[in-house]
Amino acid sequence: MSGATAIVNAGNVPETPLRRAWRRLKARKAAMFGLVVIIALVLIAIFAPLIAPHDPIKQSWTAVRKAPSALYWFGTDEVGRDLFSRIIYGARASLAAGVISVGIAVALGVPLGLLAGYGPRWVDAILSRVTDAMLASPFLILAIALAAFLGPSLTNAMIAIGITATPIFIRLTRGQVLAVKVEDYVESARAVGNPRWRIAVKHILPNVMPQLLVQITLTIATAVIAEASLSFLGLGQQPPSPSWGSMLNSAQRFLTNAPWMAIWPGLAIFITVLSFNLLGDGLRDAFDPRERG
Amino acid sequence: MLLLIARRLMQLIPTVIIVSMMIFGLQQLLPGDPATIMAGEERDPEVIEQIRKQYRLDQPIPVQYVYWIKGVVTGDLGESMRLKEPVSTLVAQKLPVTLQLATMAMIIAIFIGVPAGIVSAVKKGTVWDYVVNVISLWGISTPNFWLGILLIFLFSVHLGWLPASGYVSPFEDPWQSLKTTIMPAFVLGNSIAGVLMRHTRAAMLQALSSDYVRTARAKGLNENRVILAHAMRNALTPVITLGALEFGTLLSGAVLTEQIFTIPGFGKLIVDAVFNRDYAVVQGVVLVTSATYILLNLLADLGYILVNPRLRP
Repeated sequence: MSGATAIVNAGNVPETPLRRAWRRLKARKAAMFGLVVIIALVLIAIFAPLIAPHDPIKQSWTAVRKAPSALYWFGTDEVGRDLFSRIIYGARASLAAGVISVGIAVALGVPLGLLAGYGPRWVDAILSRVTDAMLASPFLILAIALAAFLGPSLTNAMIAIGITATPIFIRLTRGQVLAVKVEDYVESARAVGNPRWRIAVKHILPNVMPQLLVQITLTIATAVIAEASLSFLGLGQQPPSPSWGSMLNSAQRFLTNAPWMAIWPGLAIFITVLSFNLLGDGLRDAFDPRERG
Repeated sequence: MLLLIARRLMQLIPTVIIVSMMIFGLQQLLPGDPATIMAGEERDPEVIEQIRKQYRLDQPIPVQYVYWIKGVVTGDLGESMRLKEPVSTLVAQKLPVTLQLATMAMIIAIFIGVPAGIVSAVKKGTVWDYVVNVISLWGISTPNFWLGILLIFLFSVHLGWLPASGYVSPFEDPWQSLKTTIMPAFVLGNSIAGVLMRHTRAAMLQALSSDYVRTARAKGLNENRVILAHAMRNALTPVITLGALEFGTLLSGAVLTEQIFTIPGFGKLIVDAVFNRDYAVVQGVVLVTSATYILLNLLADLGYILVNPRLRP
């Protein structure tokens, strides 16, 4: 586009839905706070080796359970490891668990949801019953049972959380597909002879995206807590690798003489989960057509 | 109404069957030979063979499922490998403890969540609304087990007011029972309170902007009466049904809370079973929680229809 046309159009070009959502999101301070914290956490996780002042798994018997000081900002744990460095590295396990498990849930749930909503009726009947059955088991209990049978490790915890979260995405996608498949543009796409899969991917999926994005953000918050819970129980990240959940587990035994061990990992989980919740809420409002502005 | 209940029950049958298949299928995830795993330290081939026969592991999987589901229907959930007791007995012993905890948590959640949600809606846009929003976000974002540890630090280690762990039945000593369960119940109730606050706020906002509230105001009714008698009565219906569903979430939350406060309930049973590779107990607990959850869902549905005449057939 030439410069002149851009200037002419600048005032009256209709805003794309994505731009409008971003403008609305920017106006929400809480959501922006969440987004900034999430970006910071991702950077911390990526550059952990550059940020952490100490080796997160190196034990030091001369520095056992030291209170926070200039040398050890967050203090040390029961085997003399620097808590600040462990919190920094712990961000890797938490974020990876949040993102990968939700990635598994989306990769399984969205295609199945599309299939249920836009495929043959018998497929929908089967998938809906399986979704009901999976949603009938409380989230954490199902994740614990899966992790227990798969064996304790961070990878298995992520798989367990991912599978447990899958029905949420099947149901969401299916519901959205049912809502949009009767719209005129889908009908006309079908009338001109597009194959079903093409309609599903090209026309229906983009309309499901806003709700999906909101759900992904909120489910990452749930997954981060779930990973911390599994690690707390000993079913997630295995020692000596740092994870906020397992750090809280060992902190519990030293509450009387080293309470700082319990403060930081919990605060880290809280801030991470809060940020994803704030961003998710903000996205929901930003995409809501009933909201003005 | 009876017809409706019957129809809803019929709809549940496939769900229940698939749930049972999933739970049975869990043991197929075990890497290696289940009989060898069940034998634990015992490496004697005869013992392993005996286990294989006893648990019908030598039969095809569908046959094993049929035997298993037959047992489940008659109340036989298998036997705990470690405790040498029927799983159903263990469940019957531990479930009341968790139910006590969950009920207390629900009461706490309702007492905090519902009034806070109402205040937040009535005072929308004010400092009160903001404070309630912050509290509800805190409730939703705080990991249960962290809050539990912080409370133990404050009330048990620092102030010495409450015991850090243990459980006393209310039938033995009600006061002591309250002292041992109040912290875990608060921890459990905290997150549900956050959810209830949000739902109450949303439902109240909707009710307050409805025509019947405008009519009530136009009639010149006192504002308190409009809020309490007109708006709240209608707003609370969905909140109550939602509360029933959240009860299932409490069963999940209890796993961690019981672990922290060493309460011998359902949650502790499944965690101990996981670490002792007592798979029959893990399956039993998941089965019973799922069944409870499905039942609560059904009751919530029927309750909703009962209080909402427009939904009746």
